[in-house]
Amino acid sequence: MYKITSHNLLAPAVRDILIEAPLIARNRKAGQFVMVRIGEFSERIPLTIAGADTEAGTIRLIYQEVGKTTMEMGQLKVGDTLADVVGPLGKPTHLENFGTVVCIGGGIGTGEILPVAEACKEAGNRVFSIVGARTKELLIVIDEMRKTSDELLISTDDGSFGFHGLVTGLLEQLVERGEKLDRVFAVGPVPMMRAVCNATRKYAIPTEVSLNSIMVDGTGMCGACRVTVGGKTRFVCVDGPDFDGHEVDFDELTQRLKAYHTMEKEAIEHWKEHQCRLEEASRS
Amino acid sequence: MSEATKPKPPPKKPKVPRQPMPEQPPEERRYNFQEVPYGYSPDVAVVEATRCIQCKKPKCVDGCPVEIDIPAFIKLIAEREFAAAARKLKEDNALPAICGRVCPQEDQCEIVCVTGIKGEPVAIGRLERFAADWEREHNLIELPEIAPSTGKRVAVVGAGPAGLTVAGDLIKLGHAVTIFEALHKTGGVLVYGIPEFRLPKAIVQAEVDYVASLGVEIITSAVIGRTMTVDDLFADGYDAIFVATGAGLPYFMGIPGENLNGVFSANEYLTRSNLMRAFEFPKADTPIMRSKLVCVLGGGNVAMDAARTALRLGAEKVTIVYRRSHKEMPARIEEIHHAEEEGIEFKILTNPTKIIGNDDGWVTAMECLRYELGEPDASGRRKPIPIPGTEFEIECDTVIVSIGNGANPLLPQATPGLKTNRWGNITAENDSGKTSKKGVWAGGDIVIGAATVILAMGAGRQAARSMHAYLTGEDTSWPSQEA
Repeated sequence: MYKITSHNLLAPAVRDILIEAPLIARNRKAGQFVMVRIGEFSERIPLTIAGADTEAGTIRLIYQEVGKTTMEMGQLKVGDTLADVVGPLGKPTHLENFGTVVCIGGGIGTGEILPVAEACKEAGNRVFSIVGARTKELLIVIDEMRKTSDELLISTDDGSFGFHGLVTGLLEQLVERGEKLDRVFAVGPVPMMRAVCNATRKYAIPTEVSLNSIMVDGTGMCGACRVTVGGKTRFVCVDGPDFDGHEVDFDELTQRLKAYHTMEKEAIEHWKEHQCRLEEASRS
Repeated sequence: MSEATKPKPPPKKPKVPRQPMPEQPPEERRYNFQEVPYGYSPDVAVVEATRCIQCKKPKCVDGCPVEIDIPAFIKLIAEREFAAAARKLKEDNALPAICGRVCPQEDQCEIVCVTGIKGEPVAIGRLERFAADWEREHNLIELPEIAPSTGKRVAVVGAGPAGLTVAGDLIKLGHAVTIFEALHKTGGVLVYGIPEFRLPKAIVQAEVDYVASLGVEIITSAVIGRTMTVDDLFADGYDAIFVATGAGLPYFMGIPGENLNGVFSANEYLTRSNLMRAFEFPKADTPIMRSKLVCVLGGGNVAMDAARTALRLGAEKVTIVYRRSHKEMPARIEEIHHAEEEGIEFKILTNPTKIIGNDDGWVTAMECLRYELGEPDASGRRKPIPIPGTEFEIECDTVIVSIGNGANPLLPQATPGLKTNRWGNITAENDSGKTSKKGVWAGGDIVIGAATVILAMGAGRQAARSMHAYLTGEDTSWPSQEA
């Protein structure tokens, strides 16, 4: 059993959770993920490790309530336990002193780019970070990103904070002002990662993206997470989750992520109905 | 000599036929996940057991990868000593209720049965299942004697058939054993792969509980190679390590359209249904596609399992597509027969060339080519040869790829000094399971590639013997160690 030691709301439907998992805390590296299973009938979902405290033996996950499992997880309290937390899985992000790097986080992806930015800094890089969200209140871990970056740039789609536009607009600004960018890391929604890759391709900047595909076991056994990279089928769980963004077939990834759309909605409805019944029962 | 002059033979007892297995009728079972064969009743088991002629030099024992004393346990059944029969089985096989169900007896113990020369062989598998079920259902399971502690610690990686065998064997010899399992449930392929209707999960759980009751510690959700490495385990004080991580990396065909929605590896399809209980969705959270027209590629047991699972999940039509003929199918005859009875269609001498999808990325059809059989190939089976110009389409919304599994790379990649072959399988000595890394043994599918439960158990048994010799200092040699 994996005990929750802290659980906070960072933004609407975005939560920051600390879980006791000492072995994972000790061995995890930037870019790796865990598979989480809440209880007996739960599914296994992949979540990127946002950080770890080896002394406390805890790992940090930043997640968004988008499906039944994450909504259910959102209701858990400090002291509650998760049935399973498995990891650290996936290959760590390839890190070295590249020179100047740009770490780009979109929405919930900011929580996932944070450990990469930290590791880039530690490896001696000059780190520019770009963080984007739909609107001001969805911006997360800004202070931590600022602390680990030589410069932090912020954008919102609606202009409610920082640059009015997309993260790619800020990336273009960096290029235009003459910065020599040696590598870009991007994590976020698929359209954002695709846009970043289209921009960096123009300037021939090597770009790593971290993919969140559908997984069942997360250890290479099922192949649900397969993606096409450079014309070849790869498994995100064991070959990734980081890939050369210029080689990823984003169209296919987008389609594959929709595979269970209808059933995911059903699962949410079924769960909400169940929650309502529970509430009624507790009221009467 | 004519019939008339022939001396009269002594009156012979009428020959008792091999007792049939009572089964759920196909028209019912295709809609449920309950086990297909019901098992023998005690009386039927006794009748079947009396068919064994108790050979002095029993060939069946040689045919068994774990060398069960088959005549002895059958004799006990004939004497109605059912619990004793189960205990006899357990001397050589920690998992008899499982082997009685999923072993290919027709290729092992029963194929060499002397009774089978002139008639049908003794139903050894069904008797094994009967004895094990009797013991469990009557709560007569007795714990064997455990040798005094040797003070040695053994780590077993993988809680499948090979790992459970090694754990069971070594704990009895007095070593402390810990099993590390990557998934959240123990049993390996027995829980994620083989469906309920062929191997009820309660039986797997009972067998795992038995191994645990011997004192084996089981740690789930621990991926060796990631959560900890093999070297971490040595550093933690383990004296010997057995690696049995299985064949967990599905092969795909490498044809266009394979990443369309609706294409699954058999591993994924079966794991969703078996391990994650997707058949209970939305009570269980894990979804599985609601397929109507399903094509399963492959002719092995896993293909049959996937096809029959699809049927039970509500598919209207399920077709097995196989490039050779019926005769070359690696699946057990019984499984092919069960699948046919349930209405699964077989398109043999057929192989897909591409999977066709719609604009939204969902499968709509599969283009296939007809094949014919040529000369035997390296495997001894006749080689399938495509017939050009015979392309045709099969309409389907789901394609389940069941053409085998490669070796999972997680542990070997994270273990310096552990040699693998060019397919990624761990190199291990044939008779001992010793790998290139001192103190590390391996066995089961991670060594020989996807095979059977009993072969994995046989490898486990051999490795356990070698590990015991090593741990007691009787044989600490390590011939093939890497520098």
